[in-house]
Amino acid sequence: MSRGVAVQLTDLRRTYSGVNALDGLTLHLEPGELVALLGPSGCGKTTALRCLAGLEDPDSGRVEVGGKDLTRVPTNKRDMGMVFQAYSLFPHLTARQNVEFGLQLRKQGGEQRRRRSTEMLELVGLSAHVDKYAHQLSGGQQQRVALARALAIEPQVLLLDEPLSALDAKVRTQLRDEIRRIQLEVGTTTLFVTHDQEEALAIADRVGVMRSGRLLQLAAPQELYSRPTDDFVADFVGLTNRVMGTSHGTTAQVLGADVPLLPGSASEGPVTVLIRPEHLTVTQDAAGAAVVISSSFLGAQGRVVVSPGENLHQVLVQVPSAVVADFSPGDRVTVRPVGAPALAIAAG
Amino acid sequence: MSGIRATRRRRQSVLRWVVVTLCMLFFAAPLAGMLDFTTKDAQGNRTGATWAKLVDVQGVSRDYPDLAAGFTASVGLAVLTVVVMLVLLVPTMTWVRLRLPGLSRTVEFLCLLPLTVPAIVLVVGLTPVYSWVTYFLGESTIWLGFAYVILVLPYAYRSLDVGLRAIDVKTLSEAARSLGAGWGTVMVRVVLPNLRTAVLSAAFLAVALTLGEFTIANLFSRTNLQVAMFLLGKSDAQVSVAVGLASLVFAFLVLFALSFVGGRSPSRKETS
Amino acid sequence: MADTARRGALAGRRPSSALLGVVPFFVYVTVFLLVPTLVVVVGAFIATGPGGQGGLSLANVRALAEPAVTSALWHSLILSAVTAVAGAVIGAFLAYAVSTARPDGVLRRFTTSLCGVLAQFGGVALAFAFLATFGATGYLTKLLASTGLDDTGGLWLYEWNKGLMLVYLYFQIPLMLIVFLPAVEGLRPQWREAAETLGGSTWLYWRKIAAPILFPSFVGALLLLFTNAFSAYATAAALVSQGSPLLPLAIGGTLNSEVILGQENVGKAMALLMVVVVAAVMTLYAAIDRRASRWLAR
Repeated sequence: MSRGVAVQLTDLRRTYSGVNALDGLTLHLEPGELVALLGPSGCGKTTALRCLAGLEDPDSGRVEVGGKDLTRVPTNKRDMGMVFQAYSLFPHLTARQNVEFGLQLRKQGGEQRRRRSTEMLELVGLSAHVDKYAHQLSGGQQQRVALARALAIEPQVLLLDEPLSALDAKVRTQLRDEIRRIQLEVGTTTLFVTHDQEEALAIADRVGVMRSGRLLQLAAPQELYSRPTDDFVADFVGLTNRVMGTSHGTTAQVLGADVPLLPGSASEGPVTVLIRPEHLTVTQDAAGAAVVISSSFLGAQGRVVVSPGENLHQVLVQVPSAVVADFSPGDRVTVRPVGAPALAIAAG
Repeated sequence: MSGIRATRRRRQSVLRWVVVTLCMLFFAAPLAGMLDFTTKDAQGNRTGATWAKLVDVQGVSRDYPDLAAGFTASVGLAVLTVVVMLVLLVPTMTWVRLRLPGLSRTVEFLCLLPLTVPAIVLVVGLTPVYSWVTYFLGESTIWLGFAYVILVLPYAYRSLDVGLRAIDVKTLSEAARSLGAGWGTVMVRVVLPNLRTAVLSAAFLAVALTLGEFTIANLFSRTNLQVAMFLLGKSDAQVSVAVGLASLVFAFLVLFALSFVGGRSPSRKETS
Repeated sequence: MADTARRGALAGRRPSSALLGVVPFFVYVTVFLLVPTLVVVVGAFIATGPGGQGGLSLANVRALAEPAVTSALWHSLILSAVTAVAGAVIGAFLAYAVSTARPDGVLRRFTTSLCGVLAQFGGVALAFAFLATFGATGYLTKLLASTGLDDTGGLWLYEWNKGLMLVYLYFQIPLMLIVFLPAVEGLRPQWREAAETLGGSTWLYWRKIAAPILFPSFVGALLLLFTNAFSAYATAAALVSQGSPLLPLAIGGTLNSEVILGQENVGKAMALLMVVVVAAVMTLYAAIDRRASRWLAR
């Protein structure tokens, strides 16, 4: 059952205290999809979400939901469900009363409300806690109630403002999968804001990376990771090494090998190539120019930090955990790219 | 900037200024009355004579010996109250927190108990106690400070409690002890320096309360600033009103200045 | 095994040496707080007979039923209740207004400092301020007389149910601000925003969310204001020159004036009465405060 509507944000701009929180953001959400806005603090992702919710007024630009222009419509008429980072449950009401709050406003009868709140609280797995107050619930449980409350009113759009940031790591992973499961089941168009790239990649249909009020790249997680169009994106999502090389148009020479370049790379001259740790190999070589700095065993995989030569930046290489013990500090090795496409930016 | 938010913020701003202004007018009226009263002469003309009299400190102690005596007594009282309060409360509260956590409820109860015993009631009960104090220490007003410490106990306790909570005394003392410090060193070199704001705040509350105290001093027939003002009001109303106004303004200026020095007030977090 | 036995014995001994650290405090509080309280409580039930010997008696308590005392009590209760309610309502508005200002701004600092002074500093200076403004030569007296609002020539100021009420408001409103402002600031912005996204208007937010949440704190503050007015002595003493229309003044009277033989401890009985009232209100306050802090502190 898909209830989704399309969402269109056009050229949103917002400045306050002289800072450009939003600098011309244009974003389109397909009905029923979950888009994650990812970026460091201050990049404008929360401001964008709040403009969509109506909690902040953009200086210019348009907000359209389901084809209707909502830019001048007050928050309480926008029919959106929102989950805040923390503290949003009304402390004087039980979980059930919190969930029924929006339904009460829509003049639903007691019987109907009760049925719906029971259904929602069951959906988020809290049937056993319906009569508890916020201070009696854990952080994760509170966020579940907040989610149930937001979904109870069958909103056109679901907005999540860093809902997992205030929770413990374990609870976070658990809850994020649940949120995704519920979102797919209900089918509401969802905007999810976070600064945790793992979270964004794990649950979103598409991820938009933002910086300084601008959207840098909007793509499916897979594409974002392997084909970044911007060095900030390449750096922010996953780990990246910056290695010096020379560009020859569609390929670049780096670490003694040729690497195909992604579209958008610098075409001539000295460049910095952005290579992921899993796209490099390291082998023992008594005549090698590189030296091992350190190695660490991380359980599922291993990492080796290598200095490719004099005055060169260290690189991080991912190795199978079985062999990481073979590398000790001081060993002479050779580092080579495996040949996966990489982004190159002009150096200097 | 357009939008629904901006309108609401503007409306809030207007409401804020209206309410505050109305209240300020109410508060200002009597203060203006004091100023008006002290700048009139017998014919009703404006004069600064009363204020000039006050500024001349030598003249004041000569012409109004009771006022000068009351002022000196109050200053002495303030000092004694602050010292006794700090010496009594800081070590005890820290000690309870560190070594006798089971007693914390009792200490808290005792410190908040004075809230239930109004000054007027305390005076009635203190009469026999103070006959002993007078027997041992003499008639001086300054010994009223012992009673003032009790009056200030709830406020000082709250202030120091907040301070102790904020610095997590337990962890600090454990760290110091693990490095080899004895209990004395922990108190003096670890706890006290970190309690500066709380101690200052408690001291200020004690001073404010002492300078403003009238009930106990009056009913024990001793002289302090407030009693002196009160008695003077019967003979030379203008000077006593001027002193009253001056003390209010002075206290306000001190509090206002302190509000800039103290910790930042809780602000709403701005996320983006 | 011998080790644990030894450790057990030591464990029993160590706390007692730590107890020494708190002895000065307990001694001090006993002498200057507990003993006086006991003096009042016990003394209320002791009356001296014609020969001067003391004995347990309810005579003092019965003396409380005299019209002078009952009217003083009644007046005190009404004065405290009225100024508490009025002070609470006006102070709550002021607190809300201040809470919407910038946290580090001048307005907030100015208002809180001013209220800090007026709430604590009361007494004589306050009485003088009102005398100067509304008394015989006050600048507002003439104004009031000319508009016909006052034809007693400023005498209304000294009456407990007119002038005193106004004067008491002068320190009740600031006290309300100081006590209630933290509660208003405890209202999280997320609650209002959540209410809005769920479809609620501003009025609805206030009616269904903010008011219920603030209610315990409001009542608690109101109770605090009540005890504050009920216990106040200095202001009343400075304004009321004859008679003892209020309970604190009546108690003060027993300490100053000549007392009929056999009635020396009526003052203590009155003091006990006062303590009972204040203690009852403070207990209620403590219970409400605990509930309020649960909702707002997190």
